[in-house]
Amino acid sequence: MKAYKVYAIKDGTVIDHIPSTKALKVIDILGLENEGILTIGVGFSSEKMGKKDIIKIENKYLKKEETDKISLIAPNATINIIKDGRLKEKRKIEQPKEYFNIVRCLNPNCITSIGDIDTKFYTVSISPLILRCHYCERIVESGEIEIL
Amino acid sequence: MDFAGKSIISIREMDKNSLLKIIETSNRVKNGEYKNFLTGKVLATLFFEPSTRTRLSFESAMRYMGGGVIGFSGTEYTSIKKGETLQDTIMTVSGYCNVIVMRHPVEGTARLASEIAIVPVINAGDGANQHPTQTFLDLFTLSELFANLSDVRVGFLGDLKYGRTVHSLAYALSLYQSPLWFIAPDLLRMPEYLTQEIKENGSRVHEVDDLERLEEHIDVLYVTRIQKERFGDMQEYERIAGCYRVTKKVVDMLGKDIKIMHPLPRVDEIAQEVDELENALYFRQAHNGIPVRQAVLGLVLGRLD
Ligand SMILES: [Zn+2]
Repeated sequence: MKAYKVYAIKDGTVIDHIPSTKALKVIDILGLENEGILTIGVGFSSEKMGKKDIIKIENKYLKKEETDKISLIAPNATINIIKDGRLKEKRKIEQPKEYFNIVRCLNPNCITSIGDIDTKFYTVSISPLILRCHYCERIVESGEIEIL
Repeated sequence: MDFAGKSIISIREMDKNSLLKIIETSNRVKNGEYKNFLTGKVLATLFFEPSTRTRLSFESAMRYMGGGVIGFSGTEYTSIKKGETLQDTIMTVSGYCNVIVMRHPVEGTARLASEIAIVPVINAGDGANQHPTQTFLDLFTLSELFANLSDVRVGFLGDLKYGRTVHSLAYALSLYQSPLWFIAPDLLRMPEYLTQEIKENGSRVHEVDDLERLEEHIDVLYVTRIQKERFGDMQEYERIAGCYRVTKKVVDMLGKDIKIMHPLPRVDEIAQEVDELENALYFRQAHNGIPVRQAVLGLVLGRLD
């Protein structure tokens, strides 16, 4: 493994290749604010991305269905599961079938825009990415997707 | 599909078999095969936005078959802005009835209600989104005249951009892969994503911007109203609305077997002179709302199957 300027963790999850400055948003989406020790690296240089962010979460192994939630802001992130100081699993992000409270519905007359209701979207197509609101059934397309 | 206890929110949840079941059940109900099958059941009609025709149709459907009706209709309830309040209303009313029929100006409200209610919810219109029983009665009316819905050639005329009714019916017909014609001014064309979806389902789609340019024969013309509010320029509105008005002359042009449908209420998009023609189907459509809604109520209440 490459040596980072962030200290290595013995057990937990490393999320690498997050677009630069999006680390806090990733933490927010994954609901990790109160999940023990987090190490956040912002603006590392990356061959692939220019700059990137990294998050290390100690003593927590994030499952695939959890990490797929960040697909919209960090589609190229890599997930490293570290156990006992060794890399146990390395995986990519995939587009989930459903998005809970991640995407905003652009329809001003949707119940989620008017009431205090969590949004829910289904994936209609992956490439190009098209989502459908569970409530008002309107479509949002890749270029117009807004994250809450 | 077993409808007992299920909510009816969107045509998107329906497959061909579910639609077929609704059509067949409606047919048996219309033929008088069942009597008083809703006795002892109570329907609550929650109309957060008034729609007299739809509400009366449901209430009449329920009463004819021996059921009871409670409910409200009025705009004072549209001040319910917070989801919380709506949730409380639905939760409370759930305990007073066996089924809820609901109309609300905000899209997605019926879906939300169905997730809260402990009884089935039937969506009678959520804003511009869905009104599934209208689509059922449209399909049922078509099925009375055409044995095979896969062969019916249906043209949709007018405002195809905003028209909830045409979106749902065109989608439903695409499940049968019926060939479809979309006849609308450029400004009011069928949304691209929907046309795409309809094609993917297997319907052949033809788009023209003028009825006169329609070269192929169609069996049915489904007419919708072009609303003034969609136009900034009133002269432009008058010109376009004039081109999409159905008169006796237009009926003649389309051939003697053409059937004219409309969800009603109509303003002037179909001339009154058309009403007396055999071609006019719209009052039959409206009347079919009764057996179709009775069938839906009977199915979700588990009294028919
Ligand atoms: Zn929505």
